[in-house]
Amino acid sequence: MMAFLKLLARNRLALAGGIVLSFVVLLALITPLLPLAEPNVTNTAARFQKLFTEGALLGTDHLGRDLLSRLMWGTRLSLAVGFAAAVVAATLGAAIGIVAGFYGGRTDNLIMRGVDMLMAFPYILLALAIVAALGPGLFNALIAVAAVNVPFFARNIRGITVGIAHKEFVDAARLAGLSNTRIILTEILPNVIPVIVIAMSTTIGWMILETAGLSFLGLGSQPPQADLGSMLGEARSALITNPHTSVVPGIMILIIVMSINLLGDGVRDALDPRLKSGALSRPMASTMVRRKDPVPQAEGKGLLEVQELQTQFHVKDRVYRAVGGVSLHVKPGECLGVIGESGSGKSVTALSVMGLVASPPGVITGGAVRYDGEDLIGAPYRKLREMRGRNVAYIFQDPLATLHPLYKVGDQLIEAIRAHRPISKSEGQARAIELLKAVRIPNAEKRITDYPHEMSGGMRQRVGIAMALANDPDIIIADEPTTALDVTVQAQILSLLDDLRRSRGLAIVFITHDFGVVGQLCDRVAVMYAGRIVEEGPTQSVLETPTHPYTARLMACVPELGEGKRRLEAIPGLPPVVDKLPAGCAFADRCDRVQADCRQGEIDLEREGARAVRCIHPVTPLKEAAE
Amino acid sequence: MTEALKLTELSKSFPVGGGFLAASRGTVKAVHPISLTVQQGETLGIVGESGCGKSTLARMLVGLLEPTTGTIEIDGAALDNADPAVFGKRIQYVFQDPISSLNPRKTIRQIMEAPLKRLYGMDRSQRDLRISEIFASVNLREEFLERYPHEFSGGQAQRIGIARALAANARILILDEPVSALDVSVQAQVLNLLADLKKEFSLTYLFISHDLAVVEAVSDRIAVLYFGSVVELGPAEEIFRAPRHPYTKLLADSAPVVGRPLTAPESKETELPDPLNPPPGCAFAARCPRASDRCRKEVPRLEGDRVQAACFHPLDGD
Repeated sequence: MMAFLKLLARNRLALAGGIVLSFVVLLALITPLLPLAEPNVTNTAARFQKLFTEGALLGTDHLGRDLLSRLMWGTRLSLAVGFAAAVVAATLGAAIGIVAGFYGGRTDNLIMRGVDMLMAFPYILLALAIVAALGPGLFNALIAVAAVNVPFFARNIRGITVGIAHKEFVDAARLAGLSNTRIILTEILPNVIPVIVIAMSTTIGWMILETAGLSFLGLGSQPPQADLGSMLGEARSALITNPHTSVVPGIMILIIVMSINLLGDGVRDALDPRLKSGALSRPMASTMVRRKDPVPQAEGKGLLEVQELQTQFHVKDRVYRAVGGVSLHVKPGECLGVIGESGSGKSVTALSVMGLVASPPGVITGGAVRYDGEDLIGAPYRKLREMRGRNVAYIFQDPLATLHPLYKVGDQLIEAIRAHRPISKSEGQARAIELLKAVRIPNAEKRITDYPHEMSGGMRQRVGIAMALANDPDIIIADEPTTALDVTVQAQILSLLDDLRRSRGLAIVFITHDFGVVGQLCDRVAVMYAGRIVEEGPTQSVLETPTHPYTARLMACVPELGEGKRRLEAIPGLPPVVDKLPAGCAFADRCDRVQADCRQGEIDLEREGARAVRCIHPVTPLKEAAE
Repeated sequence: MTEALKLTELSKSFPVGGGFLAASRGTVKAVHPISLTVQQGETLGIVGESGCGKSTLARMLVGLLEPTTGTIEIDGAALDNADPAVFGKRIQYVFQDPISSLNPRKTIRQIMEAPLKRLYGMDRSQRDLRISEIFASVNLREEFLERYPHEFSGGQAQRIGIARALAANARILILDEPVSALDVSVQAQVLNLLADLKKEFSLTYLFISHDLAVVEAVSDRIAVLYFGSVVELGPAEEIFRAPRHPYTKLLADSAPVVGRPLTAPESKETELPDPLNPPPGCAFAARCPRASDRCRKEVPRLEGDRVQAACFHPLDGD
C-alpha cells in the first residue's frame, strides 16, 4: 500500500489531481457545517446579483438563490450520485463479468450477447429511454447512468476472469475441495479487484458528466434541488446577460472531472504491474552506458570479443550486478556455449552485445564489446541499428512471442531484409522462400503465407532462425532456442544450426542450461554463476575434467539417459541474489570444498592454455585439466 | 502388491467448433482409450511430446475433466463422476508451474489450510498441527506460512505445491512436469525430496514429463504416449536402452547426450498427424521407417509381456 502511494505520488499530475479532488470532496463533506445561505430559498428581488456582492460571494441566480450555497450543495449531490453510479456499475458489471468468464461456454455466450445488445444503443439514448420509462428524478438518473456503464465493466472483467479461471491455482483450489462460489469469492475476486479499481477510477469522472448531462436536460435532479447539471440547465436562458450563473457550475464540473481523470490515470499506472519495477517510461532504443573505468584495449581474439563487460540494473536504490565482468570471444565458424542457471546473467550478457537490455533499469557500466575490433558500447543508435540483424542476429527462446501474430511469416521475413537493404517485393518474396528452404521448411512457397499461429513450435523456431539469417549475419546469438521445443524437434533444430555454421562460417553464441546440448553442439563452453564466468574451456575438456566445483556438481545434477532409476546429486541452497553478492566466491555458501580464504576478496579467473577457472580450491588442478 | 490405480478404456474427446447456435463440427480425440494399472508404491512415468494427451490424461485422473468413456478405480473403488472434491482425498496433483499454481493474493497458510478445511473440516488447532507436520517433511520453515507466493523461488514454491498436495492426505500423486520449470541444481533437490516423501508416506506416483532422463531416473515403469495412445509400456531401465516401438527409439535418439555426435535422427517433417482427420492406422506410420501397408490401415494394439508395444513391426529390443 505504501509502495502504491509512493508510485502514485511520483506522478506529479496525478498528485495534483489527488490534492484538488481531496479538497473538493472535503468541502462537499463539510458543506452542512458551513455558514452558508439556504440553497433553495428564493428572493426574486435580489435576482442575478453579480459576483462578490455582499452576502452572496458568487452572486445569485434567476430566482435570487445564493449561488455559492447552491454550488456547494450541488457539488455534494453530483459527487455522491456519480460515485454511487460508479459503484453500482462496477459491482454489477464485475459480477456479470466474473460469472460469464468463470463458467464460460453457453453461460458466457448468453450473458455477453446480452451485454453486446446493451452496447449497441448509443449510451445517451439508452439513458434517456431508461429515464423516460422510470420517470425523471435523480435516483432514476443514477440507475440510468449505472446501467449504461455496466457493459464496460462486464466486458473488461470478463476478459481478466477468463485468464485467471484457467490458472493452475484455480484447479488446485478445486482439488482442495472448494465449491465454485467459494472459488469465485476467494480465488478469482481478489485477483480482479485491482482491475475493477482501475476501471472505476478512469470512468467515475465520465459518470459524473453523464449524470450532469441528464440533469441538464431536466431528467435528473428536480427543482428546487441543485446539482451541477441542473444549475447549468437553469442558467442556460441567462447565458448572455448573466454568464456567471453558468460559468460557476461549469468551472466546478471542469475541476472535478479533470482532477478525477488525472488521479485515475495515476492510479492505473501505479497499479499496473509492469510499472512496479520502477520503469515508468518506455525503454530507450539502446541500453544506457555509464562507463567510469577506461575501456579495455582490443586483443583481437575473435570476430566478437566481449571484454570485462558489466551490466547492472538500477531499481530504486538497489543495484543488481547482473553481469559482473564477463569476457568472451568467438571466431567465425565457431560455436561458444554459455551455460548457467536462471539469474546467472547469461541472457543479459547476450543482450548487452547489441545494446538490447531495457534501459531503464539496465545500465552498462564497464567493459567493451568489440565486433571486428571496434567497440560497440556507447556507439550511436544508428550504428547499432545498422548492425542489429545484419552483423549480429538473435534467436530467442519463444518464437511465438518474437513473431508478430498479425503478419504472415513471409512478410515478416521480407520486412527484416528491407530493414537493411532496399529490395523489391518480388525479390523479397524469392529471398524469403530461399530462407525458409535454408532452414528446411517443407513447402516453403506455401508456408510464407502462413501466420505464426498456423505453424507448430518447431516450424516457428525455424522461421525465427530464417529471420536471423535474413541479412547474412556473421554472428548469431541464440538464447535458449530449443528450450521450449520437444526433443525430436530440438534434435533437428540443433543439427540445422550445426550445418549452418559449418556451411556459412557463422559464429554462434549458444546460451543454454543443458549440458547435453552444449556437449553436442559447442566447441568451447563458458559456465556462468552469479554474473561471472567461473569456468571456461574446450567443451570436451570441461565436460570430462571439470575444475570448478560448481561445474562438477551441476553436471552431477543432470540425469543422463540410460542409467536407470537412481538418486540424483543435488546442490543445496540457492544462487545468491545479485544485489547482495558476498565477498569472495559467490558459490562459497553452497560449496563442499569451501575454506576460509574463499570468502576473502576477489578470486581471479586463472588461465592455463585453453582452460580457465575462477576457484582457488578446484576439483582438479587447472594444470592437470588443461593437458 | 495391490493396485492403487486402475484405468479401464479411459478416453477423452473434445467437441470442435460450434458456437452459440451452431452445432459442433466433430470431435477431436485427445486421449484414445487407455487401460493401465499402477501398483501401490510404484512410480509410473509418462513421457510424450507436446500434444500427446498427457495433460488431458492427468486432468481426468484427478477429476478436473470428465472422461468421455471408461472408468477410474482408486484402491479398488470406482470414481465415476468428475468431482475434484471427491477425488481430492484420494489423488492429488502437483502442477508444472509452481508460481502460477499458488494464488498470488493468499498467504501460504491460507493456501495450505484450504484442503484441510474443505476436505476434512479440521478445526484451527488440528490444522496447525497438520501443517507443521507436513512442512517438517518437505523441509520448509514455518515462518514461510505468513508470506505470499511471489516471495519464493521456484524450488521453494514447488515444495509448497507438494506440501499442499500432501495436506489432502491422498495416497496417489500426479506429478505433472513438476521440475521442468526449475533449474537443474534445484530440480535434483525436488526430485530427491519426492523420493523421500514417497518412502515416508508410502505414496504412489504418476510422473509426467517430457524429459526422458528425468523420467528414467525416478520411475519404476514408463509409458510412452504418442498422439493420445500408449505406444510402449515397460520397466524404466529397459525402455530407452532397448526400445521396441520405433517412436520410443526416435525419442531416445533425439535426447541430447554428451559425446554423441549431432545428427538429426529424422529427416522428414515431424508434425503430428491432424487430430481432426486422424490416420486410419498407426498414428506414427507417416514418420516411421518400418511402416508397412498394414500399419497404414490397422491400429496396432498394445501387446507383450514385460515390455508392451503397440507396433506390428517392433524392434528387437536387445
